[in-house]
Amino acid sequence: MDGVHDLGGIAGFGSVPIETDEPVFHAPWEGRVLGLRMLMGFWRRWNIDANRHSLERLHPADYLSMTYYEKWVAGMVDLSVQTGLITREEIAQGHPNPDSEHLTPPVDAAGFLAFLAVGRPSTREIDAVPAFAIGDKVRTARHMHAGHTRLPRYLRDRIGEVVLHHGAHVFPDVSATLAGDASQHLYTIRFDGCELWGEGAEPGHTVSADLWESYIASAG
Amino acid sequence: MSKKHDHDHAHALLPPEPALRVQAIETLLVEKGLVDSAAVDAIVDAYSNDIGPRNGALVVARAWTDPEYLDRLRKDATSAISELGFSGMQGEHMVAVENSENLHNVVVCTLCSCYPWPVLGLPPAWYKSSAYRARVVREPRAVLDEFGLSFPKDVEIRVWDSTAEVRYLVIPKRPVDTDAMAADELAGLVTRDSMIGTGLALAPEAS
Repeated sequence: MDGVHDLGGIAGFGSVPIETDEPVFHAPWEGRVLGLRMLMGFWRRWNIDANRHSLERLHPADYLSMTYYEKWVAGMVDLSVQTGLITREEIAQGHPNPDSEHLTPPVDAAGFLAFLAVGRPSTREIDAVPAFAIGDKVRTARHMHAGHTRLPRYLRDRIGEVVLHHGAHVFPDVSATLAGDASQHLYTIRFDGCELWGEGAEPGHTVSADLWESYIASAG
Repeated sequence: MSKKHDHDHAHALLPPEPALRVQAIETLLVEKGLVDSAAVDAIVDAYSNDIGPRNGALVVARAWTDPEYLDRLRKDATSAISELGFSGMQGEHMVAVENSENLHNVVVCTLCSCYPWPVLGLPPAWYKSSAYRARVVREPRAVLDEFGLSFPKDVEIRVWDSTAEVRYLVIPKRPVDTDAMAADELAGLVTRDSMIGTGLALAPEAS
């Protein structure tokens, strides 16, 4: 999806808004959003890729003007309605539909803290052997589909070098549609600054990114 | 939020003011039995008090003082970091990248805001900002200059865009004149920004 979230290389945002002595949360509601979003994920109606895609589908003007936690609220509410956990009527009323079943949360505080230390690894065992090796030159895909993808625009149709292999990882482009893991080998590809930005690039920099096997082809 | 274009999004049904919006949705989710509000409290407490950049600083200080640990960190950072008790969500697959005389590493997520939570906690607002995400891959030296860092042209600036579930921890250079310091003292020199790559470890007298 060529969305506004794909920010790498875009000009016009001005200086980085550095804040000294920044608090963890700027207001108590931000912490509530963090917790609610994490806990709603335990219903397993979506995964991390679908969650990211819900933010990418916000209107571009909203995406750029909302804060991080405002986007999280919007994405969580939209996914909760799309997957039937809550209804639009319930949001408008602020309370559950009187006819709805009262549910039991899938995880409590102790259960969540135990999960937090483990997380959800995205590595998978697959039969396919890796198509590329460290040191290989590869060219990234030129076009991407309309759904969720993790190949940024600024890294398309560019030549880089394989510098790390991470084994096989869940493939976000498929996982975001809830159609399975479709795991592929994942590599870190390093690109020279001039390859990405032309001769006017700042001197002496490279950009490395983690890209799935189907994003790249051999460049001899 | 603009009302012109969001009519098809369910989130537009919530009150516009963020605190009220979040209170309204938490009330609904708790009343329906979808979430346990005590679990929300526990999450807020964990990220306010336990999970933050002091964790990463202990990893860096250990790497500076224990060559065998550094070797394990290079071979399998996830496992080496887990030895110190830091693991899990948003740090399931860790890679440590080391700064040197001719290499400076800096980390970003241009597509969202991926960040190594178990070792650094939640990301600062600037890390999530459009300006940082857009610019650091294109003009890293200009961005680092805004953080007060400048490097000679022969120092490679190596930017890591966290496009998958791999999370990067920068191991800053150990400050000079710290040979006599123990790991727990050294950890006090390791700032959050030095582990993202937008800062350096502090000199002993500045700590």
